[in-house]
Amino acid sequence: MTVEQLKEKLGLKVFGGEQGLGNEISGGYVSDLLSDVMGNSDTGQVWVTLQTHKNVMAIASLKDLAAIILVNNHQPEEDTLAQSNEEGIPLLGTDMSTFELSGKIYELIK
Amino acid sequence: MHFEYQIEGGNFTRAGFASSEIKKMLKQLNVDLGIIKRTVVATYEAEVNVVAHAYSGTIYVDVDEKGIVIKLVDEGPGIPDIEQAMKEGYSTASSKVREMGFGAGMGLPNMKKNADELNITSEVEKGTTVEIRMGFG
Ligand SMILES: Nc1ncnc2c1ncn2[C@@H]1O[C@H](COP(=O)(O)OP(=O)(O)OP(=O)(O)O)[C@@H](O)[C@H]1O
Ligand SMILES: [Mg+2]
Repeated sequence: MTVEQLKEKLGLKVFGGEQGLGNEISGGYVSDLLSDVMGNSDTGQVWVTLQTHKNVMAIASLKDLAAIILVNNHQPEEDTLAQSNEEGIPLLGTDMSTFELSGKIYELIK
Repeated sequence: MHFEYQIEGGNFTRAGFASSEIKKMLKQLNVDLGIIKRTVVATYEAEVNVVAHAYSGTIYVDVDEKGIVIKLVDEGPGIPDIEQAMKEGYSTASSKVREMGFGAGMGLPNMKKNADELNITSEVEKGTTVEIRMGFG
């Protein structure tokens, strides 16, 4: 499944990084601890988090993640959004909680 | 080949910039993807530690046909007990840093897991030197 397809199925908002909507999803990782994501996420995964600052983009880029999804209606900071557009890594959002969103993603890509 | 990058303590908006440059450079050199991935994890954690815990630092990168050596030399408070600092979950990060999602005490364990060789030396109230070695063989 691509990020675009996931976005359509779950009605996710696209904040930025549209260029990367064609990214293929290999799985997901859910964490708000950055070194946990650094150590345990893998290439092509979607990352579900409530962290909105720019360092999440640095991690997504370094780990070649497919997309970041912000939960609970969290809005990205301005420089986070700018880097998402610069790097073409989709930054998505939802008003769903981490639990609800993760369950739905799991059902779709397991 | 030799490269150097500066790191500014406390400046989280630039954290990861040097690691990103190093990743690009290793890709251009056609280094094995698995080695790049592990190098990136170890280097990023070391870079962020300088930002989070020290005042300033320099990264020295050397690549030759045998492998990669990345040395981070910082001026900072140093690490009084390196063995304790290496334990997963140990962190002295400030509450501000923790709010950002840093401070899980997983950075040094990540470095240990991903580097082929990790050497840390530190002098309290002077600074810390971290050496990450990756072999091509
Ligand atoms: N360059 C450094 N200078 C001074 N102290 C350091 C340095 N690097 C690590 N430390 C000390 O070692 C501890 C553990 O480091 P580690 O990277 O494992 O965790 P952390 O940085 O606190 O959190 P995380 O990396 O999970 O975000 C730090 O909290 C700090 O006390
Ligand atoms: Mg750390």
